[in-house]
Amino acid sequence: MTMNTGHEIREAIARGEVSAVEATETALAAIAATERRLQAYLQVTPERALARAKEIDAAIARGQDLGLLAGVPVAVKDLFCTQGVRTTAGSKILENFVPPYSATVVRRLEAQGAIIVGKTNMDEFAMGSSCENSAFKATRNPWSTEDVPGGSSGGSAATVGARCVPIALGTDTGGSIREPASFCGVVGVKPTYGRVSRYGIVAFASSLDQAGPMTVDVRDSADALEAIAGFDPMDSTSANVDVPHYAAQLRNDLKGIRVGIVSEFEESIAPDAAMHALYKRAYEDLRALGAELVDVSLPHSKYGLATYYLIAPAEASSNLARYDGARYGLRVDGPDVFSMFDETRAAGFGPEVKRRIILGTYALSSGYYDAYYVRAQKVRTLMKKDFDEAFARCDVIACPAVSCPPFQLGAKSQDPVAMYLMDFFTIPMSLAGVPAMSVPAGYVDDLPVGLQLVAPAFEEGRMFGVAHAYEQATRHAWARTPIVYAGDGHAA
Amino acid sequence: MSKVIGAPADTEAVIGLEVHVELLTASKMFCGCRNAFGAPPNTLVCPVCLGMPGSLPVANAKAVEYLCKAGMALGCTIAEYSKFDRKNYFYPDMPKNYQISQYDMPLTTGGSVTLPSGKRVNLTRIHLEEDTGKNVHAGESIARSAYTLVDYNRAGVPLMEIVSEPEISSAREAEEYLAELKAVMSYIGVSDVKMHEGSLRCDANVSIRPAGARELGTKVEIKNLNSFRSVGRAIEYEIERMRACVREGERIVQETRGWDEGSGTTHSMRSKELAHDYRYFPDPDLVPLELGRALLSRWRTELPELPAAKRTRYVRDFGLSEYDAGVLTSERSDADFFEAVAAASGNPKQAANWMMGDVRKVLDRAEMTLASARGRPEQVAALITLVANGTISGKAAKEVIESVMIDGRQPADVVAERGLAQTSDAGAVAAFVDQALHANADSVASYKAGKEKAFEFLVGQVMKLSRGKANVEMVRGLLKERLG
Repeated sequence: MTMNTGHEIREAIARGEVSAVEATETALAAIAATERRLQAYLQVTPERALARAKEIDAAIARGQDLGLLAGVPVAVKDLFCTQGVRTTAGSKILENFVPPYSATVVRRLEAQGAIIVGKTNMDEFAMGSSCENSAFKATRNPWSTEDVPGGSSGGSAATVGARCVPIALGTDTGGSIREPASFCGVVGVKPTYGRVSRYGIVAFASSLDQAGPMTVDVRDSADALEAIAGFDPMDSTSANVDVPHYAAQLRNDLKGIRVGIVSEFEESIAPDAAMHALYKRAYEDLRALGAELVDVSLPHSKYGLATYYLIAPAEASSNLARYDGARYGLRVDGPDVFSMFDETRAAGFGPEVKRRIILGTYALSSGYYDAYYVRAQKVRTLMKKDFDEAFARCDVIACPAVSCPPFQLGAKSQDPVAMYLMDFFTIPMSLAGVPAMSVPAGYVDDLPVGLQLVAPAFEEGRMFGVAHAYEQATRHAWARTPIVYAGDGHAA
Repeated sequence: MSKVIGAPADTEAVIGLEVHVELLTASKMFCGCRNAFGAPPNTLVCPVCLGMPGSLPVANAKAVEYLCKAGMALGCTIAEYSKFDRKNYFYPDMPKNYQISQYDMPLTTGGSVTLPSGKRVNLTRIHLEEDTGKNVHAGESIARSAYTLVDYNRAGVPLMEIVSEPEISSAREAEEYLAELKAVMSYIGVSDVKMHEGSLRCDANVSIRPAGARELGTKVEIKNLNSFRSVGRAIEYEIERMRACVREGERIVQETRGWDEGSGTTHSMRSKELAHDYRYFPDPDLVPLELGRALLSRWRTELPELPAAKRTRYVRDFGLSEYDAGVLTSERSDADFFEAVAAASGNPKQAANWMMGDVRKVLDRAEMTLASARGRPEQVAALITLVANGTISGKAAKEVIESVMIDGRQPADVVAERGLAQTSDAGAVAAFVDQALHANADSVASYKAGKEKAFEFLVGQVMKLSRGKANVEMVRGLLKERLG
């Protein structure tokens, strides 16, 4: 048997065939063997991981109930605060920041027995779609090391894509889980806004940020989301809505399911014959499973990018004001305190972060606020209505996750707008706050491409059900092997 | 820019006050840290109030309740839907470099403060925000210091900002306005309103204009006001300074000026630091506040009787003067004490006299307050009753009050111990009267000749002979009988 997924590892541990320490050692060895080519991690934490694995084994030996993720090695994006472990957000300004607390989702993962093995690379403050905006290094795509892994959760996508760990956590603000999941051939889930606590996650755009799992298969995403979801008294925007046992909602057919196909998106993807063909086949596969395909419309989706690039930078400009050198992180001294602020921020932030702070500061400025920020919020409301109307006609939406397969390192790094366009298909869901995921849908130019599935708010279970049926029927994730591969217990 | 024309005597002052009041909640506005004054620096802090990465604010329900109750006490309209906004600017006492405040949808609007003259000063709004930390500069200002130390204990303490309309017209009215606000806040128990500890802070907006004009003059904001008296002095100074400007034909500049207590002057604090675009926007980390009618009406029923209502009742039901009612109601605990004495003695007027007179005097001498004194209202009432039923004289009672208030003794015990009980035995009193008449034949003659004063002299002589124990009413009666 293989042990590439979290649920396989947990079952093997439950049967006593493997220990948490062994599972952790396997993951650490896989990381060690692939890291030179992949550059997925900003920090690997073997001692902490093995100490934790021993505790899990001891707890199992004492006869304690196994958590949902008992003994499963997990990597987390370096945007999640981890108590006592450096957390950089991919930025020079937090290069030496060691938080005295862990994010709620990290605590919840660990409470379910997960073993955190390291912190993954990312675009600085989650701003980017290629992982190239990391202040420290560029992560490579396990399917082609000349290509980007996507971003901003690129390190998490790459390490799961190479089968070093079965589960990694990412965050998604406008597509930062779904796009890299598509690029690296893994499952990536952006939950409903409010489904998962944001406490302890370094903020980019507060009204959009959501943490979610990136996994080899849908079942692991279901389990990982179940572990991290739910109300948190430390986050006022987390929803007090019960968390179901998602694994119980996984399906093997789609009888009685109406799948919405977004006409505007089909027009956008049509000029790219290969991409168009891939998605057409995906929709046909859904139909073959018993789904009924219905046309739906998201008329305001064309304003998604413009809306997003007002709201997200506006919030970011305020969220990132706290990095001033006074209390933690980088400090560059100046003749007075305000010079210190200026020098610290000039030295600590990279160009994309500065670009967005300036954009956001401008959008909130007196005299422009109504024209930009307020207007953008109104469009956002219209976008929510679009989804409400679409979901009156269908149970889930199926649409492209990306407009292209992974691209080469450096191909778009000098063209911010080309990079922003990478999020064209993922931004409307972020603005509307509805759950969405990318699930492997095949290959274009021998590189993975994901299908995006979208459900109404708090209907992740329904979304997982459809994704599971599709994944089990098509098995795209198992059809090929990436060139950087540590699966089946083999170090690449 | 508007100009003030004409002689200074023809100008009038227009003043608006912005008052910040720290709320007396157990914990801070957006985290669980203790809200307390005077702890060692940076001991009451956590990731949230230090604005560390990934930390999130959660609004303190008690602070919302306190602000709404303050608003209700001042007759404000409470918003059923309100929200928090971020006020963005860089300053090292602000951990996040933005302050969570309320911009266009404050918790309350309207309301008023009534001055002793009966004049009503309308309120613009009251909103809820978080306090900042405290900077301690090594040098004289932030720009001229080698280093600045920051204490974040105060960062995140719940703060309400009470903004008045520009309807105050003198330094005295400003002080009265503050005194009334302070009384209301301490009554409802939402703040300890100590200006010297910073739990009540005040900025004054001052302008002058030709008397009777409708247009407002150029305003100056005065900061660094540390007591009610400095608010009054600074406003007086500023009005005079502005008048002098007008006399000299100079333009009044819109600016922020700092009050210097030592020199008794204001100085310009204008600098680039203060020229801000705060870029307000709704805080996406917090959900809007939606207060149901049921909750609001419950809070309303929990409000105590307020100073103005108490004053009216004291005048109406107890027959006290406006002035006495004002003195007795300035602190809720004092008013409560007075009311207990009035109720137990059945004699509100005497209770008022005692509270404002001898009780106050002995407490001041001992540097005590009603709260720290051992005497309780029942004992003061018992003393009043001893006088009323003729057991002791008013004069003897003044000797007893100190032991009652300071040592907490029962008045009857002190009276017995010191032998202060009056003699109401008719035979004994008559004997003293006759003795006095006999010994003071001159005075008797004077009285009979029409000198009314001689009567009081004779009363005094009787009291002296009885060593104060004769019941004075009885003495008067007998004297009148004998002399009539």
